[in-house]
Amino acid sequence: MGSSAKRALQWLDDRSGFSTNVLPIVRHPVPSNVNWWYVFGSATLVAFIVQVITGVALAFTYVPAADNAYETLQFISHQATLGSIVRGIHYWGASAMVVLVIIHMARIFLMGSYKYPRELNWLTGVGLLFLTLGMAFTGQLLRWDQDAYWAVVVGAEQAGRVPIIGTYLTQILVAGQTVGGATLTRFYATHVFLIPALMFGLIGLHLYLVVRHGISEPPVAGRPVDPASYKAWYQRLLERDGIPFWPDAIWRDVVFAMVIGAVVVVLAMVPGPKELAGRADPTILKAYPRPDWYFLWYFAVLALIPPRIETWIIIGFPAAVVVGLLAIPFVGRSGERSPRRRPWAVGLIAVSFVAVGVLTYEGFQAPWSPDLSPAPLPAAVTQPLNAEQSQGANIFENHGCINCHTIAGSGGRRGPDLSAVGGRLTKEQLTWRILNGGKNMPAFNDKLDPKEVEQIVAFLQTRD
Amino acid sequence: MNERLSRRKLLNIGIFGFGTIAGTVVGIPIISYLLSPLLNPAKNAWRDVGAIDDFKVGDTVEVTLEEPSPLPWAGATAQTSAWLRRTGDRDFTAFAVNCTHLGCPVNWLQEAELFLCPCHGGIYDANGDVAGGPPPRALWQHQTRVVNGRVQVLTRGLQVA
Repeated sequence: MGSSAKRALQWLDDRSGFSTNVLPIVRHPVPSNVNWWYVFGSATLVAFIVQVITGVALAFTYVPAADNAYETLQFISHQATLGSIVRGIHYWGASAMVVLVIIHMARIFLMGSYKYPRELNWLTGVGLLFLTLGMAFTGQLLRWDQDAYWAVVVGAEQAGRVPIIGTYLTQILVAGQTVGGATLTRFYATHVFLIPALMFGLIGLHLYLVVRHGISEPPVAGRPVDPASYKAWYQRLLERDGIPFWPDAIWRDVVFAMVIGAVVVVLAMVPGPKELAGRADPTILKAYPRPDWYFLWYFAVLALIPPRIETWIIIGFPAAVVVGLLAIPFVGRSGERSPRRRPWAVGLIAVSFVAVGVLTYEGFQAPWSPDLSPAPLPAAVTQPLNAEQSQGANIFENHGCINCHTIAGSGGRRGPDLSAVGGRLTKEQLTWRILNGGKNMPAFNDKLDPKEVEQIVAFLQTRD
Repeated sequence: MNERLSRRKLLNIGIFGFGTIAGTVVGIPIISYLLSPLLNPAKNAWRDVGAIDDFKVGDTVEVTLEEPSPLPWAGATAQTSAWLRRTGDRDFTAFAVNCTHLGCPVNWLQEAELFLCPCHGGIYDANGDVAGGPPPRALWQHQTRVVNGRVQVLTRGLQVA
C-alpha cells in the first residue's frame, strides 16, 4: 500500500475513532464454548436486513392505492425484471424471520439466558417479537387480494371484541367504518415507516444490551445464577478464556445466515412468492379468507374453541401471552439455567411447539370450513340409483347438504362423512337428524317437504 | 455553589418543560389527523339498489352499495354489498354480508335457503337467525325503505357482536 493511502486510512481512523471505539465492540470477548445454538439471533437480524432491502426495492414499483395496488403487484410478480424473485425473497424472508425470531426466543428461554442481568435484553426481544408479527400482519394486506382483504376484516372484528373501546379500535385499525382505500394507506405507512422505525430503535437497544452484558455462557446443570456474584464471575470467565466475537465466534453466525439465505433464495425461485388471489373486492363474496401460514394456528384456535368462551380467548389469550412473556425474566430472575434442571420450561416449549404445529396443520386442512363450490357427486354414486334415490341425490347436492358432508370424496368436511351412513344410521335416525338438525347443523323441517325428506333418506340409505 | 445548582435545576425544568410543550403542539395535529376516522366519522347514507319490481317476493339477492364517502382512489373497495330479501309487497330486509362470528362473507344458498359462512361454518336461516355453528347472534341488518318505487338501503360499518 502506498504511503499516501496509508495516511488517508490513518486520517479516517483518527477522525472516526474506528479502531479505538468500534473495533473493541466488534472484538468483545465472549465465552469460548458458545456453539451452534447461538446463531438464531444474528440470523434474525440478517433476515430483517434482507426484508428492509427487498422491501425498499418493492416500494420502487408498488403503489399503495386501493385502485392500483393489486395491478402493481401483478406487474412486480409477472413483468418486472426478476420482480418475482425480489417479491419471493420478501415473502419467504418474512416467513424465515418469523421462524427465526421464535426459535431464537425459545433458545433463550430454554437456556435461561434471560436471567440476571439480561432481563432487559429479554424485554426488548419481546417487543421485537411483536413488532415482527405486526410486520407479518400488515404486510399481508398490502397484496390487496381477496385473502388479504378478508383477513383484515377478520382481524378488525377481533379487535372489536375488546370491551368498551372495541368499536373505536376497529375504526382506527381500518381507518373508517369498513376496510377500504384508507385502510391500505394506513397499513402501508405502518408497514414501511412506523414499525420498521421502531424496530431499528429496538434492535439497536437489543444489540447494545448484548454487548453490555455479554453473550450468556452455555448453561451447566448445577451452576445457578446468583445475582450477588454473577457479574464478577462472568467477568473472570471472559478474562480467563474469552475469545473475540470477531472472528472466533461470528463465523458460525455467518455460515448459518448463508444457509438460511440460500434456502430463502431457492424458495423465492421455486415455488416463488405466494400467487395472488383475486383482487380485493367487497362485492365478491365467494372468498375463503385464510391468514398467511404463521397465523393459521390462531385461525384454527378460533374455529375449535366453544363459542361461549370465544371473546375471552380472543382478548384473554393475546393478553396472557404478553403478560406471561414480560413476566418471565422477573419470575425466573435467578437460579438454574440448564434445561436439564428446568423440566417445566422444556415442557412448556415442547407443548407450545406441538400445539402450534398441530393447529397449523389443522388450519391448512380447515375441516371446519364448508365447501362453497363442491364437486358434484361422482357418477359411480349417482348412476346405480333409482328415480326416488336419484331425486334424493339431487336434493343432497343443491340443498346445502354437500357443502358440509362428503360422500365418496365429494363435498365439504364440516359435518360427518356420509359415504357409509346407510350402514350406520337407520331410516328413522336419518329422518330425525335431517328434520331436527344437530349442534352445527340446521334443522331442515321447514326447508324440505316430507316427500323430499323421504327421497333424501332413500338416497342416503344406498350409502352402506 | 447553591446559586449554580439552582440555575441548573431551572435549566433542567426549562428544557423538559419547553420540550413537552413543543411536543404537544406538534403532537396534537398529528394525533388528531391519525384519529380522524373516529373524530370525523362518515355518516351513513341511503343507497338506491333498484326498482321494487327488480326483486321477487321471497328471493334473496346480493346488492352492491357505494360506501358513504368513498375515497377517489378506493377502486373496487368503494363498494360494499348486502343480501337483500323481499319479504312482502313493500317489505325488504337487508342483511350485512359479514358473519357475526368473525366477519367473513356469508354466502346465500338459494335452494337450501341458508346463509353459509366459509370460514368456520356459521349457518343462518333466511331471516338471518343462527341455524348452526359458532355465530353468537343473528346477521346484522341494514335499514331499508321504499321511495317512489325504488328500494333504498342504508349503509353501515363493520359491527361487532
